[in-house]
Amino acid sequence: MNLDFIIFIVSALLAVSGATLMITLKNPVLAVMSMIVSLVAQAVLYIQLSALFLGAVLIIVYSGAIMVLFLFVIMLLNLRGTEDLGEPSSPIKLSIKFIFGLILFVETVFIIKTGFMPGTVEVGVMAEAANGFGSVKEVSKLLFTKYLYPFELTSVLLLAAIVGAVVMSKRDDDSEDENKIEDNKEVQS
Amino acid sequence: MFETFFPILLLMAVGVFLSVVFIFLSAKIGRKTKLAKKFEPYECGVEPVGTTKEPVQVKFFLVAILFILFDIEVIFLYPYAVMARELGMFGLIEICVFVVILLVGYFYVLGRGALKWD
Amino acid sequence: MLEMILFASIKVVVVVAAVLTGCAYSTLLERKVVGHMQHRMGPNTAGPYGLLTPLADGLKLIFKEEIKPANIEPITYMLAPMISFVPAILTFAVIPFGKDNTFFGHDFTLVLSDLNVGVLFVFAVTSLGIYGIVLAGWSSGSKYSIMGAVRSSAQMISYEVGYGLSIVGVLIIANTLSLRELVELQMLPLWGTVSFLPNWFIFSQPLGFILFLTCAIAETNRAPFDMPEAESELVAGYHTEYSSMKFSMFFIAEYANMIAVSAVGATIFLGGWHGPFLDTMPMLSVLYFVLKVFCFMFFYIWLRATFPRFRYDQLMAFGWKVLFPLALLNTIVTAFFVIL
Repeated sequence: MNLDFIIFIVSALLAVSGATLMITLKNPVLAVMSMIVSLVAQAVLYIQLSALFLGAVLIIVYSGAIMVLFLFVIMLLNLRGTEDLGEPSSPIKLSIKFIFGLILFVETVFIIKTGFMPGTVEVGVMAEAANGFGSVKEVSKLLFTKYLYPFELTSVLLLAAIVGAVVMSKRDDDSEDENKIEDNKEVQS
Repeated sequence: MFETFFPILLLMAVGVFLSVVFIFLSAKIGRKTKLAKKFEPYECGVEPVGTTKEPVQVKFFLVAILFILFDIEVIFLYPYAVMARELGMFGLIEICVFVVILLVGYFYVLGRGALKWD
Repeated sequence: MLEMILFASIKVVVVVAAVLTGCAYSTLLERKVVGHMQHRMGPNTAGPYGLLTPLADGLKLIFKEEIKPANIEPITYMLAPMISFVPAILTFAVIPFGKDNTFFGHDFTLVLSDLNVGVLFVFAVTSLGIYGIVLAGWSSGSKYSIMGAVRSSAQMISYEVGYGLSIVGVLIIANTLSLRELVELQMLPLWGTVSFLPNWFIFSQPLGFILFLTCAIAETNRAPFDMPEAESELVAGYHTEYSSMKFSMFFIAEYANMIAVSAVGATIFLGGWHGPFLDTMPMLSVLYFVLKVFCFMFFYIWLRATFPRFRYDQLMAFGWKVLFPLALLNTIVTAFFVIL
């Protein structure tokens, strides 16, 4: 029962409860905030596994950038958590969902059980990472040599995502502008 | 490991503690009056005009998209920066290709009027 | 172990106290300097030269009535000042503010946490600073607040990219993300040859420094980029509906952020705590560091007294069309020079 273990338990609990709150909260802004808490807690877990760079990326990219986008979308649509979300699902649908959830849970438990057989990993004790593992230099060495193609493809993927987002967000705006121009013309004539 | 992160966690805890104390203090000590006018949104003393229900312009969303794109680019440049010497010319070409592909996205978003304000 | 915890606690308390005092006296400095620049006296009633003004201000704010408008969203309204306050002081966790020392026979490092990815930590904490503003504006239920919040968050994210990118040039030269190693590198003679000048990165990265400074000012929402405040159009922007200590927490957070970026700038570009005569008197290093931070703060205030506010579209265009390409160019050119 050392302090590392306590930090692990606390951040694991925060991560799970943040994710749960994110699903259950009705107020979208609060949901985003709990998602951020969950992500930061996950970053702490990464850092405990000596993956410093991944932890930092998780905070900078996910909780610092993507969640900002979520907040912007919420503000864009002016969601206040009072919107009508339609009828709640029928009991049959609900039970089907529940069963699938249960299957997924059992699978997860099974995988964790087989993956971490007693004896293969010391429970509660963190194995010291190999020399330099997870450090920025190591990540960089792998990223720019062994995983060169995935890295370059990431940029193409990002580009595709950007183009998609812009096309979808700008279409309505353009047609509105055209309508306005037409209106003005009519007024003038 | 623990030595490095304990002060950060402690600083965070002190920050949270201080802010809770501040909020508590202001809620308890200040004077209290109940005047309905005080609880209206600020409008220079006249009746409030307009609502908060107006949606935000879509341009801000485009700015956020641009931000994500280049935030990810910057975060990839950091590991490159610490290895720039070792990776040499090959690494430089690699990072140039990466930057150029993302610059296509940059010019596309700019061309679509992301930063044009009425 | 126990000794480590004790030392860490002392350092944390000292740093928090120093930062809060620094924030309080920055407000006095600002009012004094701007006052003298405009041929006024500035505050001079409380104490000699108005030195007790920040104390009086603080007491006044604590005893002020707290007004919660009727149509706020209570939870987020409460959380917003906390969320902007905590990241603001968290930056100081990795900044080395003095040379390592021995203190009553113990090794005493003058940094809270010697993280070997300090630069990434600073960047990560900065990226979290935006939520306080967005939440405050969103939950206040006032049109000025929400407009101020949207504008300033868009501004902050725009300049955050430039902020992160402007130091990549330095990192390419230095090959490290640790702030301690960055300071140590800057103690060498300039470019390894010029012995009478230190190897401060401001000399090898002048463009990077200018970009960093500009982005830092915009990132902390200060004049001439103080768009969220824009008193003439948005009243006070995102904190229009806040009063009493909650308001002052935004205020403290703003000044703590200013001090934090000043400290980061001093560490990365101006050699951190480095200065002459450190071998004989190591404690001078803290003084040098504070002096450098002070220079940044003075520059901030000077700018405020000099420049009118940008228009919002100019501000965004400047960030994305001027600063960002320049920072990218600076990075690539630096990489070329380092490799060739």
